[in-house]
Amino acid sequence: MIVSRLMQLTGKVLSVTGIAGLWIFPANVQAEWKVNLQRPITEIARVQYDLHMMIMAIITVIALIVFAVMFYSIIRFRKSKGAQPAKFTHSTKAEVLWTVIPTLILIGMAVPSTKALLLMEDTTESDMVVKVTGFQWGWHYDYMEENVSFYSMLATPQSQITGSETKGENYLLEVNNHLVLPLGKKVRFLLTAKDVIHAWWVPQLGGKKDAIPGFINEMWVRADETGIFRGQCAELCGKDHGYMPIVVEVVDDAQYQAWLEGRRNQG
Amino acid sequence: MTSTVADHHHDEVPKGISRWLFTTNHKDIGTLYLWFAFIMFLVGGAMSLIIRTELFQPGLQVVDPHFFNQMTTVHALVMVFGAVMPGFVGFANWMIPMMIGAPDMALPRLNNWSFWLLPPAALLLIISLFVPGGGPAAGWTLYPPLSSQGGMGVDFTIFTVHLLGMSSILGSINIIATILNMRAPGMTLMKMPLFVWTWLITAFLLLAAIPVFAGAVTMLLTDRHFGTAFFDPAGGGDPVLFQHIFWFFGHPEVYILILPAFGIISQVIPTFSRKPLFGYTSMVFASVAIAFLSFIVWAHHMYTVGMPLSGELFFMYATMLIAIPTGVKIFNWLATMWRGSMTFETPMLYAIACVALFTVGGLTGLTMSITPADFQYHDTYYIVAHFHYTIFAGSVLGMLAGVYYWLPKWTGHMYDETLGKWHFWLTVIGFNITFFPQHFLGLAGMPRRIPDYALQFADFNQVSTIGAFIMGFAQLILLVVVVKAIRGGKEASSEVWENPEGLEWTVPSPPPYHTFATPPQVR
Repeated sequence: MIVSRLMQLTGKVLSVTGIAGLWIFPANVQAEWKVNLQRPITEIARVQYDLHMMIMAIITVIALIVFAVMFYSIIRFRKSKGAQPAKFTHSTKAEVLWTVIPTLILIGMAVPSTKALLLMEDTTESDMVVKVTGFQWGWHYDYMEENVSFYSMLATPQSQITGSETKGENYLLEVNNHLVLPLGKKVRFLLTAKDVIHAWWVPQLGGKKDAIPGFINEMWVRADETGIFRGQCAELCGKDHGYMPIVVEVVDDAQYQAWLEGRRNQG
Repeated sequence: MTSTVADHHHDEVPKGISRWLFTTNHKDIGTLYLWFAFIMFLVGGAMSLIIRTELFQPGLQVVDPHFFNQMTTVHALVMVFGAVMPGFVGFANWMIPMMIGAPDMALPRLNNWSFWLLPPAALLLIISLFVPGGGPAAGWTLYPPLSSQGGMGVDFTIFTVHLLGMSSILGSINIIATILNMRAPGMTLMKMPLFVWTWLITAFLLLAAIPVFAGAVTMLLTDRHFGTAFFDPAGGGDPVLFQHIFWFFGHPEVYILILPAFGIISQVIPTFSRKPLFGYTSMVFASVAIAFLSFIVWAHHMYTVGMPLSGELFFMYATMLIAIPTGVKIFNWLATMWRGSMTFETPMLYAIACVALFTVGGLTGLTMSITPADFQYHDTYYIVAHFHYTIFAGSVLGMLAGVYYWLPKWTGHMYDETLGKWHFWLTVIGFNITFFPQHFLGLAGMPRRIPDYALQFADFNQVSTIGAFIMGFAQLILLVVVVKAIRGGKEASSEVWENPEGLEWTVPSPPPYHTFATPPQVR
């Protein structure tokens, strides 16, 4: 309940302070100047988003208090205004206070964070498994129970990168083969890599996870809406690290089955 | 203190190049360190301008991706190991003996050697950019297996790290020996200036952390050339092991970079507030607490490698704890300013900016301690913004506060206050234009270490690049200020400022070549 109360407070504080500097820019350009996490479309991403907003609100309030005290002192206690220095060197009361209050705030943050972590790490009872293999420089997807697997690589032409052709809308965030996932199914990902460490990240689906050669990492995703969601490799993996995007397409179950069938027929 | 002038011939300053090559004088060695750090600061800064130029627009315009990766890697290595660490050792050399009333460092010849290890190390790193295959391109963290793929440049980097590490260890031994053995009578540990305290703690951190890093890169070297497989999965090795070892060094390292700056601003703020430092004892204990915690939080740099849940929880809780002693420090500085009588000369401006902007960096650090949220932040520009708010706004602005604070003491001349203020405002405004938008870029989903980006990131990247050029070229003003102060200017009194606290203000400006040949009595 404290959490939901904090959430409400968060919303209010954010709208008042314009935390992420939204107020610097007129409303009509906000679509271009994106300043916050992308809109979440899974439970995990939503939990992360809410945690993020809660902590942002807390640190904004703390920062405002620190700056307020600082600027008040700068304006009020300046020699040019005839300020006489006080002599005090400590105050046990104040010191206890500013140790205890932060501790309580931290505990307040730790509780929802722990809950979120427990949720994210629970990969049990999944509906399907996709094995993701990173390599220099692209991704390989293996639908392990379906006998479907394929490579997914950058589809942006070189001419757009070097500038001899106009850059398309999804410049650097388009691939030849989408990773297609069914709506509302708990998908367990197994991540590994062939050569060096990569990290698989689609912001709207939730956090990233490293794909490490010799290791198998796990994460899970359950998409709540259909659509196309884009991400990138997030761990430096060499020359073309900036050129290994991820595109996930979430479709309803019937379309998913049809897509699987089509994939199998392609061989 | 009439007896200090008895041994007059010692005050002859040696002439020519041999003065600098063979010097065992803490002031000369301090000067060498500071100039070396400044040159490296400009070299690393130039690299960051190459990075920002490429990122001005989406697409590839200026450099190829491999060279871009070399630039991000070498920029970080140069700034961390070439600029910030030697810079603080320079301050330690100049100020610690004068602050504790010692005639020199405890081990003067070792002192000379620990400086002269640096130039060859830096050369090795710069040369690596020109060998076949180019310089290191795996990021300053040198994660294998990527770093194992690199060419000869990676080996050059490993040897650079060995040399720099040796230098740091020798320097730390020297600083610890000096502080523990050479304090003037009456200078008890709890009477030491805070700068001396933070350096004592930093030196212990260095002693504990640097050998671990040296070990990690040595294992990398044997993996690359001598058939071992510590980190190579094909040979049964473990690439994540490197990350654990690296960050066991790497997290104490970030406090190595920041604690001396905390020390400097703890000297500067009381002087210009005309009021003693608030909570001296809690400052000391907060520093010790930060140092202790720095050894048990390393894996928060690697939440995404797939740790067990219990590990993630432990590192999250431990990391959150750091906020408490760090908060204590910030509140203490505020309380020092509270009901003071402040003036705003350049050192004070830098100290205030350091506290304000480090607060921003510390608070974003708190957001990243939250493991579930960090899965979004990790390896994005949000991180880049965060650590520049701590390392630039914390360490470098703190260091600049120290430069302006003690420059009149070092040179005997007041610096040009107008130029100093120009330097300050351009640096701080340029810094915020560069790095504040990077928070937004990271949250919106831009990964770090990419030479090219999707179109929605274009606007903030342009803003950031403009800021970087303002900030970069502003640093040349510092060069002018320092050269002008060395050449001449208004004579500085021995106190320089209004009733500053500390033994360094009891000797003339500039101090004679040898100070405190007879120790002062501290009450």
